[in-house]
Amino acid sequence: MTTAVNRIDKLFADRSRKRFIPYITVGDPTLEATYQLAHALVEAGADLLELGIPYSDPLADGPTIQRASQRALENGVSIGDALQLVARLRKSGMEAALVLFTYINPVMQYGIDRFFSDLAKYGADGVVIPDLPVEENGLAVEAARKYGLHVISLVAPTSESRIKSIGEQASGFLYCVSSLGVTGARESLRDDLSEFLERVKASTAVPTAVGFGISTPQQVKAVAPHTDGVIVGSAIVREIEKHAEQLKDPVQSPEAVEKIKTFVHQLASALQ
Amino acid sequence: MKEAVAATRVVPDKNGRFGAFGGKFVPETLMNALTELEAAFAEAMQDPAFREELNGLLREYAGRPTPLTYAERLTEELGGARIYLKREDLNHTGAHKLNNALGQGLLAKRMGKKSIIAETGAGQHGVASATVAAKLGLSCKVFMGEEDIRRQSLNVFRMNLLGAEVVPAVSGSRTLKDATNEAIRYWVSNVEETFYVIGSVVGPHPYPYIVREFQKIIGEETRAQILQMLGKLPDEIIACVGGGSNAIGMFYPFISDGQVALRGVEAAGRGVDTDKHAATLSLGRPGVIHGSLTYLLQDEHGQVQEAHSISAGLDYPGVGPEHAYLKDSGRVTYTSVTDEEALAAVQMLCRTEGIIPALESAHAIAEAMKRAPQMSKDEILVICLSGRGDKDVLTIQDALGSKEEGKQQ
Repeated sequence: MTTAVNRIDKLFADRSRKRFIPYITVGDPTLEATYQLAHALVEAGADLLELGIPYSDPLADGPTIQRASQRALENGVSIGDALQLVARLRKSGMEAALVLFTYINPVMQYGIDRFFSDLAKYGADGVVIPDLPVEENGLAVEAARKYGLHVISLVAPTSESRIKSIGEQASGFLYCVSSLGVTGARESLRDDLSEFLERVKASTAVPTAVGFGISTPQQVKAVAPHTDGVIVGSAIVREIEKHAEQLKDPVQSPEAVEKIKTFVHQLASALQ
Repeated sequence: MKEAVAATRVVPDKNGRFGAFGGKFVPETLMNALTELEAAFAEAMQDPAFREELNGLLREYAGRPTPLTYAERLTEELGGARIYLKREDLNHTGAHKLNNALGQGLLAKRMGKKSIIAETGAGQHGVASATVAAKLGLSCKVFMGEEDIRRQSLNVFRMNLLGAEVVPAVSGSRTLKDATNEAIRYWVSNVEETFYVIGSVVGPHPYPYIVREFQKIIGEETRAQILQMLGKLPDEIIACVGGGSNAIGMFYPFISDGQVALRGVEAAGRGVDTDKHAATLSLGRPGVIHGSLTYLLQDEHGQVQEAHSISAGLDYPGVGPEHAYLKDSGRVTYTSVTDEEALAAVQMLCRTEGIIPALESAHAIAEAMKRAPQMSKDEILVICLSGRGDKDVLTIQDALGSKEEGKQQ
């Protein structure tokens, strides 16, 4: 269907460099702000953007991203708006890989095949669906393949004997959940994290990226040797929340975007 | 109908599917725990010692079997089918919820878990879980929506008295759906040492299956009791459906008795033509909630909608996946009754039988009030009286009070 090489594959073709992957929620606090922030994140050093589609019942997310979802839903942001945002980013020349983060129910209601077809059409590269374990992802994987996209699988410290099979069927990159629990900043990471990450690495041919709970440049630095990419979500969303009112105001927005860019740059540069 | 019956006997399949419904739509972090739970449950049910311990508790602690009561005055009042009440209200803690909480509590202990968590709507499952935790020496946290904490303050106090910690869920509509989200989030964070006692036939596989197996005692007893009393099976059975555990427990042993009509009753709240209802099977579309593919109240974008019912236990936008399956297979008929009809049913049962039913159970009674007069006098109608109404008297008082005021205006 698609002739171009998927941007995720292109990105990780060179695995000598570690990749920085920030997460933001689409429509938090407005769609325009997300558009501006996406560009700012790339300028700050993001290699791949994870864009969250707001959901009413985000049960894998902690309070920070729940609130972001809530703010976006209050603006009436839907899955269609997220796809349109991807299209707009591509039109404006964004070259970074784009992955949408969504729960399965909105995708089912949109239509699984239609969703992946539109993702490809508008220029996304893959999708993370936290409530779709490998046992249930057959239809999504089939549709994604058809359109040259990746369904990014997750692997957790509790996956144990599942690590092997998840690693074998992984596509794009493998999302390693750093700690038990929902998304959200944590003060410290698990003692056995590096061991877990090395086990995952040994079980898969695709690159790995680690997320959930990573919020400081020190933590980014600490996990980097054991992974190909680092994902930071809640810590950035918290910064956006702090500046939500300014981001909504066209006059004050550029200054707020600049502040968030500086924050993200500190995280991204911890990888270099 | 025959095909539906045959298919029903093998659900769920090894993937936890009831036909197209069910499954395990949960974060990867929980998948291993679900596999372990499935294995531990299968092993426990094979172990005569486990079954004996559970049966002993059901008999000597819960007070089972619960009676099947002939509702003579209600029968006369309605002037149709002979009505029998399965008295789950007489189970210890006042509802059918204890059957399942005891089973899962014993399973938790067998798996070496020291703490259990539970979600609760009306508070009945929370009370049952707190009770079991006390009885078995486990620690217990109960997640409950802030709105339900307000509506069911007596049950909150009861849980505290029993030594459980009640954790308010402050997200979304602050009812059962949100309490369940919070319980799942807590479980993801503490999965290694915590057992999640789910209170209804909802959630990811194997929960809908486990809860059915622990609740089917309702239907098994009813079947034996009615055969002993009358020498024949009932013509129709009615039970209320929120998540649907009392209904599945009641229906399951009758599924292959094609001549027994089964009716599940959802909450129509202020009416199915309003946006304030909980009639998931009647008005929802298939979708995923709390790890399971089932009928779901949702908007066009797949955002979960808030449910409404005067009864906190039916106020849920999803429904057990087995009910979704039984609806599509045609084996069970699903209807709904409004808040107002449920309130009228409460008063009817109080005045004719001297029993205050839970608002949840009153939905089944309200449906029976419509059905019984259409049936002949030699037909038998069984209602699952899933719980007692003591917990609801303040809500009922408020609702009846405002109705009186309305009349005076």
